Order: sequence, then C-alpha cells, then structure tokens
Amino acid sequence: MTEQIDQALSRTYDAGFISDIESETFAAELNEDVIRRISAMKNEPDWMLEWRLRAYQNWLTMTEPEWAHVHYPKINYQAISYYSAPKSMKDKPKSLDEVDPELLRVYEKLGIPLYEQEMLAGVAVDVVFDSVSVVTTFREKLQEAGVIFCPISEAIQTYPELVKKYLGSVVPRSDNYFAALNSAVFTDGSFVYIPKGVRCPMELSTYFRINEQNTGQFERTLIIADEGSFVSYLEGCTAPQRDENQLHAAVVELIAMDDAQIKYSTVQNWYPGDEHGKGGIYNFVTKRALCHTNAKVSWTQVETGSAITWKYPSCILKGDNSVGEFYSVALTRGRQQADTGTKMIHLGKNTKSTIIAKGISAGHSNNTYRGLVHMGPKADGARNFTQCDSLLIGDLCGAHTFPYIESRNPSAKVEHEATTSKVGDDQLFLCQQRGLDAEKAVSMIVNGFCKAVFKELPMEFAVEAGKLLEISLEGSVG
Amino acid sequence: MLTIKNLHASVEQKNILNGLNLSIKQGEVHAIMGPNGAGKSTLGYVLSGRDGYQVTDGEVDFQGNNLLELDVEQRARHGLFLAFQYPVEIPGVSNMELMKESVNAVRQHRAETPLTAAEFLKKAKAACQQVQLPLEFLKRGINEGFSGGEKKRNEIMQMILLEPSLCILDESDSGLDVDALQIVANGVNSQRDGKRSFIVITHYQRLLDFIEPDFVHILANGKIVKTGDAALAKQIEKEGYAFLGLDNSAEASA
Ligand SMILES: Nc1ncnc2c1ncn2[C@@H]1O[C@H](COP(=O)(O)OP(=O)(O)O)[C@@H](O)[C@H]1O
Ligand SMILES: [Mg+2]
Repeated sequence: MTEQIDQALSRTYDAGFISDIESETFAAELNEDVIRRISAMKNEPDWMLEWRLRAYQNWLTMTEPEWAHVHYPKINYQAISYYSAPKSMKDKPKSLDEVDPELLRVYEKLGIPLYEQEMLAGVAVDVVFDSVSVVTTFREKLQEAGVIFCPISEAIQTYPELVKKYLGSVVPRSDNYFAALNSAVFTDGSFVYIPKGVRCPMELSTYFRINEQNTGQFERTLIIADEGSFVSYLEGCTAPQRDENQLHAAVVELIAMDDAQIKYSTVQNWYPGDEHGKGGIYNFVTKRALCHTNAKVSWTQVETGSAITWKYPSCILKGDNSVGEFYSVALTRGRQQADTGTKMIHLGKNTKSTIIAKGISAGHSNNTYRGLVHMGPKADGARNFTQCDSLLIGDLCGAHTFPYIESRNPSAKVEHEATTSKVGDDQLFLCQQRGLDAEKAVSMIVNGFCKAVFKELPMEFAVEAGKLLEISLEGSVG
Repeated sequence: MLTIKNLHASVEQKNILNGLNLSIKQGEVHAIMGPNGAGKSTLGYVLSGRDGYQVTDGEVDFQGNNLLELDVEQRARHGLFLAFQYPVEIPGVSNMELMKESVNAVRQHRAETPLTAAEFLKKAKAACQQVQLPLEFLKRGINEGFSGGEKKRNEIMQMILLEPSLCILDESDSGLDVDALQIVANGVNSQRDGKRSFIVITHYQRLLDFIEPDFVHILANGKIVKTGDAALAKQIEKEGYAFLGLDNSAEASA
C-alpha cells in the first residue's frame, strides 16, 4: 500500500492553465523607481507613496527569516516583476458585463463562475488578477447596508482617512521581512469596512490569481469591523503551472472593534510545483488581527497549494473577554513544505483562544505546525486550548510540531493536545473491502480527520474545501 | 459459488495456508472452526485480497471469476463481504458516509442507479433496526468508541446493507453475551435466502445453535483436516481438537 501511495503525488494541478491575456507588465527589478511607478499607476496620493518608500527603506535593512522548517534557494528579488495588469483594465469595468470575457472564462475554468456567485450564492466577490482588482460584485447592495467592499487601491483614493488610520496598525511596515516588502510594493487587494452594529448582509470573498510569468503577487487586505458588527470573509487563490517559482507575499490586517466579530476563511490552492519540486508558489504571508473588548476573530484556513507556505494568522487579544480562534487544515504532498500555525497573544483579562490544527503529509513533503500562545501579565483568567493532529500518508513525509508557550500570568491556563497518526493499511483495507477504490478511501479518511475544521467554514465553502482535498489527494494512492 | 483448490498462502514469508480445498455452493452455510493461529482469519484476508497476504499456489473461482486476479474493491463489488474479527476505527468518517459510498460503488458495478439520500437512509435505518443498533450509530465515526459488541453488530449492519453474495464472518460471535449473540445470529439468518452463501468462522459451537450450518470444517495447520455436519462442532465443544491428533504448535504460538 505504501508503495502505491508513494507513486502518488504526480497528478496534474487543475488550476494550472495559463491564460492568454494581454498584460502590461513592469520589467523585473526592484528599486525606489519601481515603487514610484507602482504608486503612479494607482494614482496614489503622496502620503501613500511616502509610506511605501519608508517601508522599502526598512526592508533594505532587514534579512530574510531562516527559522522556519523550510528550504529553498535564495530568492533574487531583482528578478521579479512587481506589477502586471491585464491591458483591458485601463478603463476599469463597473460591472461583470464590462469584464473581458477571456477573464471571466479564466474564473469559469477555476470553478468560480463569477456570474453565478453573484446571482445564486449571494456572495459578493472581489477578483484580483495579478496586480489589480478586476471586479467587485454586489457593491450597491452592500452600500445600502453601509458596508464598504472595494479594491484597496480604490479605498486609498475614496476613504483615505480610514486607510491612513488603520493600514499598518496591526502589521507595522517593519514587522518582518516579507511584510516590509509587501508594504513597499503591494499592488492590490480588498478593503472592507463594516459600520457600527451592522451585520454584513452577505459573505464577502476575494479570489486571487497570479497569471503573468515572473510576477510576484503582493496583495494587501484590510478589514475593519466597527463596534458590534459582523462579517464573514473568504479568500481563494490559484496560479498557473509554471516551472519557475513565483513569490506571493501578502499582508492581511483585521481590526475587530468592541463587540465585533470577523470570520476569515482561506482556501489556498496556489500551484504547488511538480512532483520533483520544480516550480510552485512561495507563499509568505503575514496575517494578524487586533481584537478589542469582547471582540472575536476566527481564522479558518485550508491550505493545499504552494511549494512553500509560511504563514501564521494571529490574534492580538487586547481587549478584555476577546476571543481568538484558529482552525487549520494544511495538506502537503510531492515536495511541498508548509510551516504554518498561529500566534495567540493574550493581553486582556479573560481572553480566550482555541487552536485546532490538522496537518496532513503525503509523498516527500514536510508539514510543520508552529504556534505561540502568549499570556501577558494582565491576562488574568485567560485560557487557551490547542489541539494539533498530524496525519501521515506513506513513510517518506514528515510532520513536525513546535508549540511555544509563554506565560507571564499564573492565573492563565494553557492546554495542549497533540497526536500523530498514519492512514492505516487496515483502515484503507476496510474501505476497499466495502467496495471503495483506494483513492476514494484515502480522501474519505482524510476528510474525516479534518472534520473539526471543515465545520468552521461557511457552508458552501466547506463543500469546496472537501472537494479540493479530494482533488489534491487524487493519485495519492496507486 | 466459491471453489478453492490447493490454496497456499504466506504472510511475511511464513506459510500459513498449505493446500486448502473448499467448495461452497449457492445458499450454503459453512462453519470453519479450528485452533488459534490455524489460519482462519488468514483465509478471510486471502479471499478478500488483503495486501501482504501472498498466494503462492492454488486457484480460487468465485462465481466464474478468477478471484485471485481481482483487486480488493473489485472482489467486494462482485459480492464478497468480510465481517472483521477486529473492526478498525476511522475517526471522523461516519458509518453513513462510508456505507453510502459502498452501496453505490456496488450498485454502479451492477449497472444500477445510485441510491438517493432518502432511499439510502431508509435502507440504512432498516439495517440498523435488524441488529438493534440505535440510528445515531449511522452518524458516529466508524467504530469510534463502539463497544466490542457494537462493533460486531455494526459489521452485520454493513453486511445487510451491501447485500453480498458471499459473506465471510470472522468470529462475529467472539466477545458477545448471549443476547448480543442472538442479535447477530438473527441478523445473519435474516440474510439467508437460499442464494447467499456464508463462511462462518467461529471458536464456539454455541453460535451454530443459532446459525445452523450445512457443513462444519476443521481448519488446522493451514488446511481443512476434517469436514462434517453440526455434530462435529458439538464433538469439538466437548473434546477439544485433541481427538484429531493435531500437533498443537500452532495453538501455542497464537
Ligand atoms: N500480519 C501477520 N504477520 C505475521 N504473522 C501473521 C500475520 N497475520 C497472521 N499471522 C500468523 O499467521 C498464523 C495464522 O493467523 P490467523 O489467520 O490470524 O489465525 P486464526 O484466525 O486461525 O486464529 C498465526 O501464526 C499468526 O501469528
Ligand atoms: Mg482469527
């Protein structure tokens, strides 16, 4: 069985097609001039350019982090293009009808029929293609509720006060190497503002797609949930199959004011590279939420793609009684490497956090959970519960768990459970003896293993995530 | 239905079956008894095609197919069912999920349309009732936290749902009290329709009081050493395997 499983991981990547869309792309290089040009392309006000340039200065003084359990050749930041946009975007479409049909076809192929999402699912979608946001649906309906959902490039123009106040307030420009780079060169992303007491009337979602060769994607997402509001937001990501590695360094900042709730879900399916580890996306992402009094932020992520994943969606539980949650499924196969987890920083009294992380490793892949639970001196009565489970498929993969606990408050409680198991030959045999083929059997067992996380995803995406796992595991048994 | 000729099989280079012959017709119930370590479970695994159980010689015909050429799932879809001696847990995967896939895999093989959720549920409920398992067991993770007896009844529930043509029950009675034994036996008897055949592996004659066998075989040292009727089981109950004059090393090593 193990042998069959090892043959595994050679299936092709469904989202791997390259679209022939005419683009305007900057030459590969990185310097102040590139940043000025990005800023100019976006018609940005001076303060924004200043902010970027300062981030760039910070970045120049920093070094790439090396503590993660991942290995890759040195990235040449001068060999990346920092801006690419479909030509047809020059006069930005106002609705789906005005979008280049070729682009719409790209999303159809990805299984994201934008029209349908708009019509049936009642999900408002922002679509980011390479460096620009191409369309945001449902804007009028959201505006009626006072909800702002637009590309961040537009928010910089239209809502400069909000952006100025909150951009970099949770993830400072100099937070880390990749965050600094993002702050300097970010091109687009989504901006969300939910006013006081408003429950966002629909799911919001953004789909990110890297299409152009040798381009990096540096998106920036900023979500502000004002007092007592609620929003559920989902991001999905894919990229074509290319032989060279592509860099994706995003920053996501969430601000949950008093009594607000943000549910942030990610289905990440960037191109993982081929079975020999050629190509694939380097996914180096900084995501962090600031929770004020009684606020709650849930991060749910299903990570199946990328050659390398480096991300730790975190919560700063600043306000008393605030709650942070992290539910994660990370699947690695082939030569994929994932180092992912979370940080729960308990600062306020009676703050609570829950971490449920499920890592699945197959092939020659390496899957690492890295989590920090910090209990500050004022975090009286704070609680954390962490559960990390690893599931191994075959004998050549690795699972690693690095839980860090810092407790500065004797009344705070931290609970940690961890398990490692293998997809057993006996489990596979049971399923096959009942008539299932080996592939179906593995995907069923893996889905069962992930159940606790999938149930946290918004309904329609839970189905999507289950299917994605199934597809990702296709060919993982012979 | 099933014809086994001169079957030799080994596990990890150790010969377990040494020239086993057995022939089963439609509708028959064959009990297989024998000392611990005789190779009874091995026979079930070899017939169902489990990895690591190497057939080194012999032939097996199952309803006109060369059984040994088929994959595990193909054998299952052809109607071979194994009720496990030690049913394994699959956390998070409900009985319902597995059985719905299973039933529809079998139906697809028979060129039947898949069952709708409602049709499936109806059958599943009936199967649960047959073995007196509360319906919530459909939603629970497979064998997750089930008691020994519940696991055995669950195997029979799955058997009923799948409507196989050959059922191999590997010690479905072990660890059961009399009431549970009766339930399991009733479940099995409800499936005796004159067409379906059974191999009932057991240590205890008492199961055969409830499930009347057409034949009783003694498996020892990797082959069938004696065949008789229900009376043979009674004799073994009384006298043990000693009267067969076997060398007992197999038992000692088990
Ligand atoms: N996976 C295995 N690895 C090594 N030996 C095995 C394995 N499975 C069975 N055996 C050996 O094969 C013999 C027959 O086992 P089994 O078929 O389980 O006997 P029974 O079911 O009649 O008690 C025993 O000696 C047992 O130890
Ligand atoms: Mg046995």
